Amino acid sequence: MSSPSHHPITLTPSHPVTLPPRHTHHVLEVRDLVVHYHTTRGAVQAVNGVSFDIREGERLGLVGESGSGKSTIALALLRLIRPPGRIESGEMLLEGVDLLSLYEEEMRRVRLAKIALVAQGAMNSLNPVLRVKEQIRDGLKDHGIQLSPRALADRVAELLNSVGLRRDVANMFPHELSGGMKQRVCIAIAISLRPKLIIADEPTSALDVVVQRQVMDTLLAVQEDLGASIILIGHDMGLMAQVVDRVGIMYAGNLAEVSPVSDLFRAPLHPYSNLLIASLPSLEEKGAFQGIPGLPPSLLNRPTGCAFRTRCPHAMEHCAVVTPHLREVEPERRVSCHLYENEWSRESA
Amino acid sequence: MTALLEARHVTKVFGGGRFAKAPGTVALDDFSFRVDAEPPTITAIVGESGSGKTTLARLLLGLAAPTSGEVLYRGQDVQRLSGDERRRFLRDVQVIFQDPYEVYNPFYKVDHVLETPIKKFRLAPSREKARQLMEETLNAVGLRPDETLGRHPHQLSGGQRQRIMVARALLLQPRLIIADEPVSMVDASLRATILESLRQLHLKFGISILYITHDLTTAYQISQNILVMYRGEVAEVGDVDLVVKQPRHPYTQLLVQSIPKADPNHPWHGHEIPVDPSAPVAAVTHGCKFADRCPYVMDISRQQRPPLFRTDERRAAACFLYKESPQLEGTDLEQVMAVPLVPGV
Ligand SMILES: Nc1ncnc2c1ncn2[C@@H]1O[C@H](COP(=O)(O)OP(=O)(O)OP(=O)(O)O)[C@@H](O)[C@H]1O
Ligand SMILES: Nc1ncnc2c1ncn2[C@@H]1O[C@H](COP(=O)(O)OP(=O)(O)OP(=O)(O)O)[C@@H](O)[C@H]1O
Ligand code: SF4
Ligand SMILES: [Mg+2]
Ligand SMILES: [Mg+2]
Repeated sequence: MSSPSHHPITLTPSHPVTLPPRHTHHVLEVRDLVVHYHTTRGAVQAVNGVSFDIREGERLGLVGESGSGKSTIALALLRLIRPPGRIESGEMLLEGVDLLSLYEEEMRRVRLAKIALVAQGAMNSLNPVLRVKEQIRDGLKDHGIQLSPRALADRVAELLNSVGLRRDVANMFPHELSGGMKQRVCIAIAISLRPKLIIADEPTSALDVVVQRQVMDTLLAVQEDLGASIILIGHDMGLMAQVVDRVGIMYAGNLAEVSPVSDLFRAPLHPYSNLLIASLPSLEEKGAFQGIPGLPPSLLNRPTGCAFRTRCPHAMEHCAVVTPHLREVEPERRVSCHLYENEWSRESA
Repeated sequence: MTALLEARHVTKVFGGGRFAKAPGTVALDDFSFRVDAEPPTITAIVGESGSGKTTLARLLLGLAAPTSGEVLYRGQDVQRLSGDERRRFLRDVQVIFQDPYEVYNPFYKVDHVLETPIKKFRLAPSREKARQLMEETLNAVGLRPDETLGRHPHQLSGGQRQRIMVARALLLQPRLIIADEPVSMVDASLRATILESLRQLHLKFGISILYITHDLTTAYQISQNILVMYRGEVAEVGDVDLVVKQPRHPYTQLLVQSIPKADPNHPWHGHEIPVDPSAPVAAVTHGCKFADRCPYVMDISRQQRPPLFRTDERRAAACFLYKESPQLEGTDLEQVMAVPLVPGV
């Protein structure tokens, strides 16, 4: 399929998923996503039944422990998990269509056109021997978009302009660009087909705060311009507090909590969220600087019960036996912790 | 006293040269800096992306040669160390690299990264002891040995790879650790844990640390001194409390204001005069390199390169706003460095 315009390619699955979209106000619904990496020592349960959705135009933050499965979720959403990794089960509904039911050929068209990823460390993986315009051209070409040299030059200039870069950057090689400029190029490539959902995995963790601010402003401006939703993955809680609407907190392959950002910082529900926020250093007082003691659990042999229990100050006997599940405990707020389950005995029965 | 490691009038230019089409990038511009063996210190180096921090680290490690100037280890040129000196240098000065993707050889397992220095520097008498040492060190950086050893680097998350490098530096207990963004990819809790373990090394074993980072908050928390770089030069230097709490240089002020606060009700400051992010970098030949972005720019800023002015006992800023203060030579930065936390061990 070839289209000279930059309008989004419509998703037309050729097998029986042509049902009308279910919840149009949700761009994406993820249900019980399970992703394992099959190593010689056994299956690493990197994502262990994660469910969340994202609304139109929404900015969702995904934070949490290092190694808790955030990048794995990002790659799974694009079906880019490589062996020995595998999506074991779950549903990922993009505008009502389950991405897992698409043929690879269809999925290839969804990437970039519907969901675009700015991968972790993306700016270091730009092809060093290609000029910026060639990198953008290749992205378009992969989607069957062939443009005349003139039209391509215009399209590239327009894209660079939308991320605040001058036209002549098109002729530069990656090593001639600063980190902030490279990151903008990655964003330009990501938005080149006007996706509905942008996933940005630590887009600014290698940049200074001034450039971080510029890059985030750029990213959010194009997001608004496209009317797209965004999943922002990162460790910078300050950045999250400033830019996202809701936050999902990951711990050991599961969502511990999903809350609107203001509620989360005002009154975190999950003990892990609470300790994570408490471990943030500040410029106000010195010396109050301590991580959460203990190690996260093994993802090879998941212990029974709550994954956080060995580090949790509120752990109860019950927590060692029964695995808590994410449930709504307040309007708009979901948490996975027995402290918020008054009916646990029935559930465990 | 001879410094442990010292950069003297170092300039590093990439590209350019007589036959090049474009002018080169001046990554470091007549830069001088020293780390003494005693007393041990923790110095943070912050600054713009591309301001030359990693270049400085590479020069100090002897991984790159300066275009002009020299880098000395105990008074000897690092580029020309004799066999024994070199061995001592490799043990004395350890590095934690910024980009853990680059350092790993994808064909080796993680074990190799830790075993090599254990063998090379005979840190353990037996295989069992070596294994034990590796496990202890991995635990210290929050990794599970059974899930880390035996794996290839691409089988770990970004933050896990980064921590292997920290573990390697901890293992060797050198005199100086140059840590280039050691925790940029880990969560807040781990960040605190790892930096605290570095600080403990400093306190217990008198190891000096150069902490290169974009995170001013952690820089403020763990270091005594800070050096703010802008386009290959020192913008501001001195006691971390003074520099971070009452920044003097307009670039440091912008930097501190731009920190996103972990509070949704606190607006994100740091808007500045919009600058063209793709404006050529090598252009400024005279005058202050920050002039085109500075809200306080004066005539003199466009004509002369500002020297360091010693605005306080323990701080200096390269800005003409402070021209009434006495000047500080670029080779005398240690004069404004704060008194160390620990006396020599
Ligand atoms: N190819 C692989 N083989 C085996 N295990 C893997 C592989 N890739 C990732 N993992 C494991 O899966 C888990 C999740 O990794 P992932 O990269 O998704 O974490 P993350 O939350 O993005 O972490 P970070 O914040 O450090 O980037 C980790 O424990 C990691 O070690
Ligand atoms: N091998 C190289 N070839 C050409 N230019 C280089 C090379 N290494 C660095 N540079 C340039 O030198 C300047 C300083 O780079 P350096 O990596 O030291 O910055 P940095 O302060 O570490 O930045 P960051 O905070 O982004 O890590 C940059 O303009 C960079 O593009
Ligand atoms: S379920 Fe139990 S152990 Fe887990 S977080 Fe809640 S109280 Fe703590
Ligand atoms: Mg990741
Ligand atoms: Mg660097």
